[in-house]
Amino acid sequence: MTQPPVLALNNVSKSFGPIEVLHNIDLALQAGSVHALIGENGAGKSTTMKILAGYQPPSAGQVRLDKQIVTFGSLQDGEAAGIVMIHQEFNLAEQLTVEQNIFLGRELKRGLLLDKSEMRRLTRDYLSRVACDVSPDALVSSLSNSEKQMVEIAKALSREARVLIMDEPTAVLTNRETEVLFEQVAALRDAGTAILLTSHKLDEVAAHSDQVTIMRDGAVVHAGPTAAMTEDEMAIAMVGRDVSALYPAKPDVPVDAPVVLKVEGLSVPGFAENVSFELRQGEILGIGGLIGSGRTEVMEGLAALRPASAARVTLFDREVRFKRPGDAQQAGLCYLTEDRKLRGLLLERGMRENLTLANLHKFGGMLINRAAEEAALTAAIAEFDIRTGTRGVKVGNMSGGNQQKLLLAKVMLSEPRVLIVDEPTRGIDIGTKQQIYAFLRNLADAGHAIIVITSEMPELIGLADRVLVMRSGRISGALEDSDINEGAIVRLSMGLPAEQTPEMA
Amino acid sequence: MTDTTTSPTTGLRFPSMSVLGPIVALLVLLAIGAMMNANFLSAANITNVLARSAFIGIIAVGMTFVITAGGLDLSVGSMAAFIAGLMILVMNAALPSMGIGIPIILLGMVTAIVAGLLAGLLNGFLITTLGIEAFIVTLGSMGIYRSLVTWLADGGTLSLDFGLRSFYRPVYFDGILGVSWPIIVFFLVVIIGEIIMSRSAYGRHCAATGSNEHVAHYSNVNVKRTRLISYAALGILVGVATIMYVPRLGSASASTGVLWELEAIAAVIIGGTVLKGGFGRVWGTVIGVLILSLIGNILNLTDFVSPYLNGAIQGVIIILAVILQRERKAVS
Repeated sequence: MTQPPVLALNNVSKSFGPIEVLHNIDLALQAGSVHALIGENGAGKSTTMKILAGYQPPSAGQVRLDKQIVTFGSLQDGEAAGIVMIHQEFNLAEQLTVEQNIFLGRELKRGLLLDKSEMRRLTRDYLSRVACDVSPDALVSSLSNSEKQMVEIAKALSREARVLIMDEPTAVLTNRETEVLFEQVAALRDAGTAILLTSHKLDEVAAHSDQVTIMRDGAVVHAGPTAAMTEDEMAIAMVGRDVSALYPAKPDVPVDAPVVLKVEGLSVPGFAENVSFELRQGEILGIGGLIGSGRTEVMEGLAALRPASAARVTLFDREVRFKRPGDAQQAGLCYLTEDRKLRGLLLERGMRENLTLANLHKFGGMLINRAAEEAALTAAIAEFDIRTGTRGVKVGNMSGGNQQKLLLAKVMLSEPRVLIVDEPTRGIDIGTKQQIYAFLRNLADAGHAIIVITSEMPELIGLADRVLVMRSGRISGALEDSDINEGAIVRLSMGLPAEQTPEMA
Repeated sequence: MTDTTTSPTTGLRFPSMSVLGPIVALLVLLAIGAMMNANFLSAANITNVLARSAFIGIIAVGMTFVITAGGLDLSVGSMAAFIAGLMILVMNAALPSMGIGIPIILLGMVTAIVAGLLAGLLNGFLITTLGIEAFIVTLGSMGIYRSLVTWLADGGTLSLDFGLRSFYRPVYFDGILGVSWPIIVFFLVVIIGEIIMSRSAYGRHCAATGSNEHVAHYSNVNVKRTRLISYAALGILVGVATIMYVPRLGSASASTGVLWELEAIAAVIIGGTVLKGGFGRVWGTVIGVLILSLIGNILNLTDFVSPYLNGAIQGVIIILAVILQRERKAVS
């Protein structure tokens, strides 16, 4: 590239507290070019975009706009410099009209009053430039997702964006809407705008971007022209990491181990359709797939935490039909939520009340037996190695790792025989991760059956005896033994076949 | 922020300000009252304050559960007026056939409790099953009951038959060992309420539901049923309060129970229960009720401040109580 970049990150690092999440990132956006930023969940794409857009300052390194080092004090500074970011969940006021949204916060005035005719004229102009056929007076709440996306782009035009940053713009769009979006992206590029977008759909990246930057674990692992790479090469670059001895050894689950859970035709309206699988005693079954692929919703539906229907669910050779979460708990099936802060634990309360909340019936009849609760807490602290300064600490003040251990202790009070854990190690340190992996494996060895939903590839590969990959609410493939590898999982979750294409081999 | 931020307070901090606050406020009021007027601590005055507190107090105990579970009920004052009117109509209508006696009093009591239960269940059903906001539902039912009692009384006053009233009077004015029935019932409701709140699974479920209903749901707590029960229990307690109230005046009108809902809510909040739910204590509510009653009582007994300023002082106390709650959050 001969021309200088419009916006660039030079050797940028970012830390949250003591943890560095971005390491020495270099990224350059050229005018008139579409740049794709790809990587696994948690690779650091969002943070990188936020630094580019001026939402967050870098901890080290420089952001350069037209070769000048800039420090954005706020989001407004970024917008003033012509950098506009479109979030995955749109940043539009639903109850205002298209015109009001486009000029929100920077309304044109004539004297003391709004200059409505001028704003309307400009709105029509912007909308026609993105070939969007909606009225300036339409309420945003009445628009489709693709129309909202176009209004966002029109809004970016009205700010005379030189750099447009889009976080997963196609995640909520249908195929047809995606086509329209990329037509407009191409038009903007031809008009000289620098565009950065992220996507989990590698076919889109290959078809519509000029440059690609691939991130892994907070660092750039590859940057170059898109045309020089195949989709499979992108997938390999996104993953490709050695799995260390973090995980306990996998004993071979006997092929004749009894099937303890058999799910046939499970559907969760809006999230998943016709999901079927089996779970054997002593097995850890991993569920992979992207966030939003319906993994969590399927398991919540199974545990009756959300409305779901199934052709047939057999648990321990008995057909079951759970109406309420309590039914599943009684039958020995428990689900441990991925969101320990919003769904798992009462952050304002202490450990004792959290530990026993789902099992108060085991602690006294009419009145709660506090001594028994305290004894259970003492046992849980010892068994799960929960480390806190005082017993009376509010759960919200505990570290993520200790919260997760408490949550595990809470669900184990229900004595589940089938345990579903969702993102069991999200946001916790490596030592605690290892303890949790060891605990889950011991539980399986003791004859329980376990399902682990996780976005972390190494966890899926290191922990699971068998892996199901979900995509768009369906199971897109199953992997066993030596077939479980990152490339295959990524390909399945991206909608490609598990095996590499022949020309790659 | 400067570099001189204070380090968070650590170690043993009990009893915290949120526990001490209401108790200290009550003691201060008692001291002020005792200094201002020699009769303040007399048995007659204390009994009078307690008996007047009993109606609001019984309702406020129920309100503590509703608020703790993340709800609100604005309809209790109108509901009390409506139940009082209904009770009087039923008893007057049954008088020719049943005559004056225990059975007709029992009929009135059953009427009050069943009406309270149904009214509470209706509020609860609309809020939990139909998912309408508690504020809206109970604002609506507040208007409905107030209007119904006005209509039943034809704009005037519904009066209990004179003979019946004399027979029923002891329920308010008599008692055991000089303690009147309203005080005894209030005391029992408080004891039972405190035990349920702090020692039973239902109390825990209320706090969990109000604290974070998602966590409660994922912990197999039946969120809807927990809330429904809190409204139904509050309805029953409104019925109980009405049973105590009717013999006092022997009548009901459009002005019966006006602003009781706000007094009950204020007592709950002064007592340290969190308005947005998740934490409640019945004993605190009792202190809140007593604080509100004592302010009025002291102003009446002394000429230091005009009794007309009663509402202003109560208002200050309510706002102060909430500020103290906020500080508790900021410290932790």
